[in-house]
Amino acid sequence: MSGHAESRKVYYAIFGALLALTYLTVAVARIDLGRLNTIVALTIAVTKAVLVVLFFMHVRHSNRLTKLVVVGGFVWLALLIGLTMLDVTSRNWLTIPG
Amino acid sequence: MWLFLVTEIMFFGGMFTAYIVYRSLYPNAFVAASHTLDITMGAINTAVLICSSLSMALAVNAAQLGRRKSLVWFLILTILLGSVFLGIKAVEYHDKFVHHHVPGASFHFEGPEPQNAQLFFSIYFGATGLHALHMIIGIVLLAILAIRAQRGRFSSEYYTPIDMTGLYWHFVDIVWIFLFPLLYLLGGHLQGGGH
Repeated sequence: MSGHAESRKVYYAIFGALLALTYLTVAVARIDLGRLNTIVALTIAVTKAVLVVLFFMHVRHSNRLTKLVVVGGFVWLALLIGLTMLDVTSRNWLTIPG
Repeated sequence: MWLFLVTEIMFFGGMFTAYIVYRSLYPNAFVAASHTLDITMGAINTAVLICSSLSMALAVNAAQLGRRKSLVWFLILTILLGSVFLGIKAVEYHDKFVHHHVPGASFHFEGPEPQNAQLFFSIYFGATGLHALHMIIGIVLLAILAIRAQRGRFSSEYYTPIDMTGLYWHFVDIVWIFLFPLLYLLGGHLQGGGH
């Protein structure tokens, strides 16, 4: 799709960043932070995903239509999860004793 | 290609939504069940997949520059790394069978709320199974590309199939980037972090 050849140095840098973030997320997961555990883990996962999309998948150099499709895809995913959770959390199911 | 990947986002999105819903309903069972997964294996597999994404990116790069030899080698390297991932996954699946953690008649869970833990394992097998299926499809595609590349079918003018397969491969990597923390790391702190 994009004819732009990214410098290989960029790939190695992104690769290093992804490995470092993986190490970080495993290290943090072993500490009990309560709710923060999930927030930290997901923040790291989103960061990694953004790095892969922008650099490995060349979206950084893609045209606007491609960018729109990518963003649109994630917006729909957010709608799916957001509206489902809106329903689930407002149904008073959460108090069922385990 | 991106349109196809968007449908894939929603495809896996359903899986993630199921996970979020049941996790919010049965947080304790999910943490306990997640605790039985081997973080080390999951982390190694994450690293393996990241390596395979790098070699895939380098394969596309080689194709853009019209370097046939390195293109073929990077494709083969990507296939090998993908196979290593599936191998480790197979060992993990085997462990689940040994410990009766596979949902079904012989399911047995020592922790609290076995029924709800079974839900976690259902989602675990559903999500990782679908992911593994995508990996297998990706490996087949890469093998075809490697053969065609060897025969000199691609050049710096024409490498669209490699570009597309690369996008697909990176997408499958991203799915794992989310599956790993959600499935494996959720119960990580139970392994006695501070003690």
